[in-house]
Amino acid sequence: MTRTIRIKKGADIRLKGRPSTQVEQASSAPLYAVQPPNYQGIVPKLEVKEGAAVKAGSTLFHSKEHPEVKFVSPVSGTVKQVVRGEKRRILAVVVEADGKNDQHAFASVDPATTDREALVAAVAERGFFAFIEQRPFATVANPTDVPRSIHVSGFDSAPLAADMEVALAGREAAFQTGIHALRVLAGGSNVQLGTKAGQTFFNAIEGVDTFTFEGPHPTGNAGVQIHHTRPINKGEVVWTMHAEDVANLGETLSSGTYCATRVVAVAGSECDAPRHLQTTLGCAISTLVGSVNEEEVRIVSGNPLTGDRTANDGFLGGMHHQVCLLPEGNKPKFLLVDGWLGLGFDKFSLSKSYPTWLMPKSKEFAMDTCNNGEQRAFVVTGQYEPVFPFDIYPVQLLKSIIANDIDAMEKLGIYEVAPEDFALCEYACTSKIAVQSIVRNGLDMLKKELG
Amino acid sequence: MKALHNLLDSVRPHFEEGGKLSKFWVVYDSLETFAFTPGHATKNGVHIRDGVDLKRTMFMVIVALIPALLFGTWNQGHQYLLSIGEITPNDPLMTALWDKLFIGAVKVLPLVVVSYGVGLGIEFLFAGMRGHSINEGYLVSGMLIPLIMPVDCPLWMVALAVAFAVIIAKEVFGGTGMNILNVALTARAFLFFAYPKQLSGEIWIHNVKASADAGLLADGYTGATALGHLASTVGKGLDEPAVTGVMSMFGADGMFSLSNSFLGLIPGSIGETSALAILIGAALLIWTGIGSWKIMSSFLAGGLVMGFLFNLLGLNAYMTLPAIHQVVMGGFMFGMVFMATDPVSAAQTERGKWIYGFFGGFLSIMIRVFNPAYPEGVMMAILFMNVMAPLIDHYVIEANVGKREKRALAAQGATA
Repeated sequence: MTRTIRIKKGADIRLKGRPSTQVEQASSAPLYAVQPPNYQGIVPKLEVKEGAAVKAGSTLFHSKEHPEVKFVSPVSGTVKQVVRGEKRRILAVVVEADGKNDQHAFASVDPATTDREALVAAVAERGFFAFIEQRPFATVANPTDVPRSIHVSGFDSAPLAADMEVALAGREAAFQTGIHALRVLAGGSNVQLGTKAGQTFFNAIEGVDTFTFEGPHPTGNAGVQIHHTRPINKGEVVWTMHAEDVANLGETLSSGTYCATRVVAVAGSECDAPRHLQTTLGCAISTLVGSVNEEEVRIVSGNPLTGDRTANDGFLGGMHHQVCLLPEGNKPKFLLVDGWLGLGFDKFSLSKSYPTWLMPKSKEFAMDTCNNGEQRAFVVTGQYEPVFPFDIYPVQLLKSIIANDIDAMEKLGIYEVAPEDFALCEYACTSKIAVQSIVRNGLDMLKKELG
Repeated sequence: MKALHNLLDSVRPHFEEGGKLSKFWVVYDSLETFAFTPGHATKNGVHIRDGVDLKRTMFMVIVALIPALLFGTWNQGHQYLLSIGEITPNDPLMTALWDKLFIGAVKVLPLVVVSYGVGLGIEFLFAGMRGHSINEGYLVSGMLIPLIMPVDCPLWMVALAVAFAVIIAKEVFGGTGMNILNVALTARAFLFFAYPKQLSGEIWIHNVKASADAGLLADGYTGATALGHLASTVGKGLDEPAVTGVMSMFGADGMFSLSNSFLGLIPGSIGETSALAILIGAALLIWTGIGSWKIMSSFLAGGLVMGFLFNLLGLNAYMTLPAIHQVVMGGFMFGMVFMATDPVSAAQTERGKWIYGFFGGFLSIMIRVFNPAYPEGVMMAILFMNVMAPLIDHYVIEANVGKREKRALAAQGATA
């Protein structure tokens, strides 16, 4: 029995260059990287030095706060470089692949016969806590918590996102094992799966409460699905995991070798052949998109709303399942032609002052990365609510964060949200406010305050 | 356009830090960003941004004001010619079209120029002092202010009102987006309280006093507005001749008949008289989603409800005026469409907008009828609701907070 939940609020941004359902094998990359900033709330402690030989599954670094939470190498080879930024913050641990694919040998674990404590240790040792996010705070999950429930979203509704059915095709057994493991982690049951109509992959999956969702982006976000099924209250902890990582976890547990498969949507208007590519976590971005002219084209690891800007020598982000190539919008736009007074037939806008809403729903847009205006104070009201499917007042929550008012943040529902849930608000914002980074600050502030 | 951009680029160094004209950076910056949306690319967060910005939003409001502005310009000429008997109310409206527009423009344009000149001057000054860029907010306020002024309002008074409103109502709070009161209405309220003598009676029709002194004034023309006439009936019996005389002006053939009031063929502030022209603007604002249809419709509902209640009571002549007639007169429509919907000073929650709008309309008619000293209740009502808006929002949000706390308690109860 599944329940169908219809969500009206939100918006699908119709970008050009959606990936075809074809999956190709990406060429193997010479370099791979694990990037600590991809994992929220983690202070990395290195376990290897530059030049050390590692196997796939060998620990590269662990979390300072929870040393049992390991971050492992996706491939075998040697540690080529530890990239550091300001204040010697570690930005990436780069591994040069030797192509041999030597595997660190883990014990094979059957979740059905393992108790929770042992399974938590096994998951952490195999580097999979990195892929479990918790709410509140939207950080890497704390292994000492017992979550109220674990939520897996079965689809990604973001613009140009990978098709989860395509990415997971043929991995039913691995996914099922992963789900069994999550059941144990959640204390026996309480695993939720959010699917959308028309999906077949999840039909035979057992041991989950399945909900079917209908509606525009951000319906695929775990946070939205949780809010519309079992909203998070103060004091509760909910974990979330990406479906592909669930399958990887299942495969790693049962086989005893580290599995870090990624089927990545390579898409966007500047992409010659938008499609899915099968690769390995942390691969060099150039093996996915080749080399681009960075003046003209922006490479985004992740989706266009929440992803990270990267470069020709960058790497696929740890939590990312798509790479987008977007035209750079770094040229001035004359007011009457393509600026603020233009007719704007080529612009996708949620505002009805542009003609987007009069055009056929099939029309797709090649949007560039121009800010399309300058930052202003909050002026226009009522523009966030239609794209924010939570029973939360977004502007008031943002203002409480800006005012450092922890008490108000709690009351207004900050426990339920992650920055990605505000991505469309940021997109739609007339005043060009950096909404997601405000939310991130708020969550970090709250975490610090509550310890 | 390349040439224009090259020109802007070539003079840029003079305005930058250390350049000869660096004090005028704000001016340069605002001109450049006006002509060209800057090539600022997104950095963190979203990589793509909606095309809409504050410039476009504000510009749409200006476009929505054009019908009221054009009609108002024409109507000032129309009223002048009527008042001196040059034309009669029975002449076709197109009679002496260009004369009317010319007479109107001569009066209206200086008001617009003064409003923008003084207002933007102060904005530039503050932006320069504080080192931020010019915000677009005043583009709309600067057009609203002349439209709610009487035609013969002295320019120095407009300048003073603009300066007061921009500095006290807006800049001291931090500029566009931070103000509590509607800027344009603050300008109007300033004049209303600071210069009550000058703002009464004889400035609603161009040159009406001079015409009267010269004995040119046509019959029935006193220069008072509809609301001024009505206010004079309060406190008098329904049957007194003075009262019936006034009320006959609101009959089907009167000067202030329902159709005249709706079309706007009556004396009044420049932009406020024509409900039709204002509603055309309202249609654009609602169509583009820039003006809140919730505020407009609840404001209208509030006004009609109060009007009906007065009809039922019928204690004086003013109260017997049909509700529908009430809402097309005076500044009600203009306030409803262009003032109450100002997103910064209105309620910000969607539920709050319904409440805010309703009481705005309700109080407008109430103040107008109850207090003859304040014929224009709309201004007072909206300013009052501006002050109340945060309170309304507070209770709307408290309800949401309460719901969340209840849910948390229920969850605790379930697990305990």
